[in-house]
Amino acid sequence: MEKSLAHRKIEEKFPQAVLDSHAQHGDETLILRKEAILDVARLLKEDSELQFNFLMDITAVDYLGRQPRFEIVYHFMSLPFNRRLRIKLQSDDLYPTVKSLTPLWKTANWLERECFDLYGIRFEGHPNLTRIMLYEGFEGHPLRKDYPKTKRQPLIGPQN
Amino acid sequence: MIPSRSPFDPQNPLEGRVITTPFDKVLGWARKYSLFVYPFVTACCGMEYMSVSSAHYDLDRFGAAFPRFSPRQSDVLWVVGTVSHKLAPLVRRVYDQMTDPKWVIAFGACASCGGPYDNYATMQGIDTVLPVDIYIAGCPPRPEAVLDGVVKLQKMIQESKQVWK
Repeated sequence: MEKSLAHRKIEEKFPQAVLDSHAQHGDETLILRKEAILDVARLLKEDSELQFNFLMDITAVDYLGRQPRFEIVYHFMSLPFNRRLRIKLQSDDLYPTVKSLTPLWKTANWLERECFDLYGIRFEGHPNLTRIMLYEGFEGHPLRKDYPKTKRQPLIGPQN
Repeated sequence: MIPSRSPFDPQNPLEGRVITTPFDKVLGWARKYSLFVYPFVTACCGMEYMSVSSAHYDLDRFGAAFPRFSPRQSDVLWVVGTVSHKLAPLVRRVYDQMTDPKWVIAFGACASCGGPYDNYATMQGIDTVLPVDIYIAGCPPRPEAVLDGVVKLQKMIQESKQVWK
């Protein structure tokens, strides 16, 4: 499939940023260098021909045993042009650190907190990177594949 | 035919007007038909709870439909749906705030035993933190099963020793 406009614009402005790409059912996925995310996201949002003004989701995937281990996944949508774009960042750090998108989208605040809570991804520049779903005192990040399946951390009542 | 009341006899004033019964039984009878419900509704079982408590199945027939949203005014805590570990202290607090006598119904599979959720987030049944009187099975339970549970609770209340002092 030929490169989308967004892909071409990103390559033009940040020649080193795109590591890989693929497309399925007309929606493109780009794998970027981790450091480039904030600049690329700003381009996607503010370019008048792209206008990816809707940040749909931020999540992560733990490919335990693979290198790099973690993938951080962003789903963007352009409401004016009805286009979608998925961006993935990869990291092999135990606690990957990526730049926060909170300066661009307010919704990134909660999405990144969720991602931090369940996967332990650190978002640099986030105003309040605390747990959003689990409680204070919870240890670990339960959606990581090395979190023990039977581990329970009840606040009251019997332990396990 | 309705038996006619015997004429008042000043020599025997209680004749035909009084029945004798243990105090426990009267109190149990009163309590079982005036169950004020505290609905602690967290999940999809709530849909079934709405169905049970509204006109179609008419929980009011059993005197158990009146929801009180203050734990201090309620007798029965209905825990309807999944309770996570994060929520557990709050369920316990609601239970502690209720005045005696009080009963607890675990409504549905999740409240009874965690249901399909055997993971880091979900409490494996509310009976790990508070005493449960009636477990209603189902995911979610049919309204008939809920009515059956209420009737069983009423039977239990009637037959138990009444604490009233």
